[in-house]
Amino acid sequence: MTSTADTATSEAVETVTLTIDGTEVTVPKGTLIIRAAEQVGIDIPRFCDHPLLAPAGACRQCLVDVAAPDREGNVRAFPKPQASCTMQAMDGMIVNTQHTSDDAKRAQEGVMELLLINHPLDCPVCDKGGECPLQNQALSHGRPESRFIDVKRVFEKPLALSSEILLDRERCVLCQRCTRFSKEIAGDAFIDLQNRGAMQQIGTFNEEVLNFDGYEPIGVAAEDESGKAFSSYYSGNTVQICPVGALTSAAYRFRSRPFDLVSAPGISEHDSSGAAIRTDHRRGKILRRLSDNDPVVNEEWITDKDRFAFAWQNLSDRLTRPLVRGEDGELHEASWPAAIARAAEGLRAAAGRTGTAADKKAKGVGVLPGGRITLEDAYAYQKFARVALGTNDIDTRTRISSDEEQAFLGAAVAGTGLGVTFSDLEKAPAVLLAGFEPEDEGGVVFLRLRKSWGTQQVLTVAPFLSRGAEKLSATLIETVPGAEAAALAAIKAGTETADALGQDGAVIVLGERLAGSPGALSEALRLAKRTGARLAWIPRRAGERGALEAGALPGLLPGGRDAASASARQAVADAWGVDGLPETDGRDADAIIAAAAARQLDALVVGGVTPSDLTADLRKALDRVGFVVSLEVRRTEVAQYADVVLPVAPPSEKPGTFVNWEGRLRGFATAIRTDAISDHRALDFLARELGVDLKVGTVSDVNEQLAALGAAGKGERVKAPTAKAAKASAGASDELVLASWHLLVDEGALQDGEPYLAGTGRTAVARLSQATAERIGVKDGVVTVSGERRSSIELPVVITPMADGVVWLPAKSPGSWVAQELGVEPGARVSVKGGI
Amino acid sequence: MSESDDVWKVNRERDGEAQRFESNFPQYGPVGRAFAPVAGFGVTLRNFFRPTVTEQYPDKKTPAMPRYHGRHQLNRYADGLEKCIGCELCAWACPADAIYVEADSNTEDKQYSPGERYGRVYQINYLRCIFCGLCIEACPTRALTMTNEYELAGPTREGLIYEKQDLLAPLEDGMLQAPHPMVPGTVDDDYYKGDVTKVVKEQTEWVREHRPEDPTLPENQKQEAGRG
Repeated sequence: MTSTADTATSEAVETVTLTIDGTEVTVPKGTLIIRAAEQVGIDIPRFCDHPLLAPAGACRQCLVDVAAPDREGNVRAFPKPQASCTMQAMDGMIVNTQHTSDDAKRAQEGVMELLLINHPLDCPVCDKGGECPLQNQALSHGRPESRFIDVKRVFEKPLALSSEILLDRERCVLCQRCTRFSKEIAGDAFIDLQNRGAMQQIGTFNEEVLNFDGYEPIGVAAEDESGKAFSSYYSGNTVQICPVGALTSAAYRFRSRPFDLVSAPGISEHDSSGAAIRTDHRRGKILRRLSDNDPVVNEEWITDKDRFAFAWQNLSDRLTRPLVRGEDGELHEASWPAAIARAAEGLRAAAGRTGTAADKKAKGVGVLPGGRITLEDAYAYQKFARVALGTNDIDTRTRISSDEEQAFLGAAVAGTGLGVTFSDLEKAPAVLLAGFEPEDEGGVVFLRLRKSWGTQQVLTVAPFLSRGAEKLSATLIETVPGAEAAALAAIKAGTETADALGQDGAVIVLGERLAGSPGALSEALRLAKRTGARLAWIPRRAGERGALEAGALPGLLPGGRDAASASARQAVADAWGVDGLPETDGRDADAIIAAAAARQLDALVVGGVTPSDLTADLRKALDRVGFVVSLEVRRTEVAQYADVVLPVAPPSEKPGTFVNWEGRLRGFATAIRTDAISDHRALDFLARELGVDLKVGTVSDVNEQLAALGAAGKGERVKAPTAKAAKASAGASDELVLASWHLLVDEGALQDGEPYLAGTGRTAVARLSQATAERIGVKDGVVTVSGERRSSIELPVVITPMADGVVWLPAKSPGSWVAQELGVEPGARVSVKGGI
Repeated sequence: MSESDDVWKVNRERDGEAQRFESNFPQYGPVGRAFAPVAGFGVTLRNFFRPTVTEQYPDKKTPAMPRYHGRHQLNRYADGLEKCIGCELCAWACPADAIYVEADSNTEDKQYSPGERYGRVYQINYLRCIFCGLCIEACPTRALTMTNEYELAGPTREGLIYEKQDLLAPLEDGMLQAPHPMVPGTVDDDYYKGDVTKVVKEQTEWVREHRPEDPTLPENQKQEAGRG
């Protein structure tokens, strides 16, 4: 389905040949001496040098003796040792490192001594102790004895840069890795060097906080360079690249030592990028997560959510044994066989498979796996629904969705293999974003776009320019939510935008929110055809793309096959060795919930679905439906209504595969061995009890089947949608169009139990344009927004340059749970009143 | 040259004569052979007149040598703050993996040791400990030392995993039970250098305010003494 690496370009590269420590090495022109030395296995100590950051030459630890040819070609030595991390290799250069040159060795020892003069040497209390480049290199390249006996410089410590990131200036060696990362990679410049000489320090500007623009974090935070409170989604990376213990995280502060930890590679479960992570655990408990190096996906960077949000799976409400509702109406712990038997009994009756007269009255089962599952789990859920329960009523899209979206996904995304990649995104001359906020909804996607800042034109179809889009210097195509289709249709040939998208390699990025805008996805397909730009669909949740590949949508079978196509159904049925697949059209998530609430379904199988994420009333549906089986990691709200709760493993305790938005398979092995089992294994048990062998007990079983099925053939695919944009309807005068998306750090279920991370999330504010605010009469800087439900959301207002007649709210930030409180999706009309 | 050396010499000489197989035991003359059956009593008789080496343990307990490697102890500074900073270097040094440490942050309300960090969990598993003393050498604050206590047996495995409260040194006279703030105006370095020698008024007052019932407060100690 996918390849594992981007194809390398084979262009002729100009090379130079130099000699390092007597070894000749040929490297591409422009290579730094320190990299050339790495290629021949010569280690030069360094602190400031980082392959993904611009050279700085800040720490001077990498001094080497260099001799280079002058104009006449005579090789002449530089009078002093040179920093190998900033000097490019030249033809005929002779480099002598500390291994062969006493001068270089002495210079390095001198630099190390200077660096250690003001270093507190408090390694026993420092979090970096044991994995500290300064500690290691002081031992390997420093003097054995210290000559410094005077008083060291002291600073107040630790300084909280945010609720998560702590700064200890005494330990800092002024390498500027953190400041360079913040400026070059994340675009959230927040700390910089201050003062000179011995008092030089990393610090923050101490001016009055400038005008509040609504991007203030919840927790404590230092001010950034502009004087605003520092708020970044990527600040955790600075902790990882800090070569000393100057930057540490509050969550991992004093928690353990590197030798306590068992490391396991993994894939982040937080977004659809599939970022490579490293999970460090001790005695079965995850203590921290770090970014792993995967050049084709996340390079060496991950978001703070990927890094810090892992506490959710070890909270006190973690399920370890099955629960079955007893005669007394309460849930009781039960054995697996008893719970499986009870679940099978209920589902058999609901699916009409008891073989008795009651079968005729059975109304069927709906399956809601949720969007956070692995490819294997998604495959098991859909096979379970179609074979064991005989229904197409399965939908992982517990979010904004539509039939048009399903047609779009079936036609243009599912089973298409590796499409637009991260590297395509980076190289694209122009990128159009629609229904997608790169920083809030994309995570590391933002970092890749930011990497091409200055060479790439970014256009965004949005109601206003968010801070993430601002940092990309994006051009705003101001659009009221719901009118994206019209905005995309307006990009006619000959316009500047169309010309930009007509360039070779241009990409149109579509977010999952576009499903809520009628006609927008159809229009995007037309636009792509018109301009020749490539399409990328980037959902938020990690399991969304995998669910498409596995066919866990009502109208899709594995490999992007159309469930409505008889030949596709037959192909899958043959592969599975069953007589046939259900022919009735499946219902989508909203329809399943509505049917359950109207008692048109007898049972629901629910995976990782949070009722408060849905505009549809899942609680009512769960309450009214006769029988509920829940497969969950934690005892959630769904368990209150469930008849049987089966505990399943969180991603760190099971093997599996996430398919990221590129279509790249991101397989991961078990990080922590426990007796928790995956959803697909639990469903395999359940199906056996129902008398069906799904053969989905192990990851390899599922992957064999997926490989055998392959992608859809010609004629088995869904037809592309051709919907038209809906006419905008005029609402009442105090009604505004709702714009909303999930901020990266908010109150999502996978961010529970991590207060330090939550403190870096942004405070909830309502955004209005000046004209709109005046029209509705905002008093005391507060508005009350009410939707279809009785409850309403009251938030402080921030006046933003944006489309008139629109109110923006964060989707699930503290005090602003839009889906639950208002019961409407973005694009709907809400009533907004100013103040009280 | 002793008697047994003689024997070996004899053996070495005989090695060259492979065809002769004689006993390796020394051969005695006729008198020796006559007394041989009761010769063993000589050992017994000789020991009647030697000093007794048997120790009457556990009726009578002899102190061990001063540097005997016994049970560990987590020491305190003169004001009662703990010396342990939870750095885990002892656990790192331990060849038997007998030590388990979890550190935590000192806060204003709960200051257990000078500086930012203290050992929240400290366990030594005496089923594993081999009393090598490498942990003592590793300790950067001299928090961990070994006592002369050697009575480390028990009926359960759990009981032989000593927790922090089992290992902490008892409070000496004038010490104040942690947590309480550091001596005002000092930093952790002053503690390491030994500049803090006693509890100061501010610390006593802090404890009086937060834990008026604390038995290590001077007034409570007097009461105890009065009662006693």
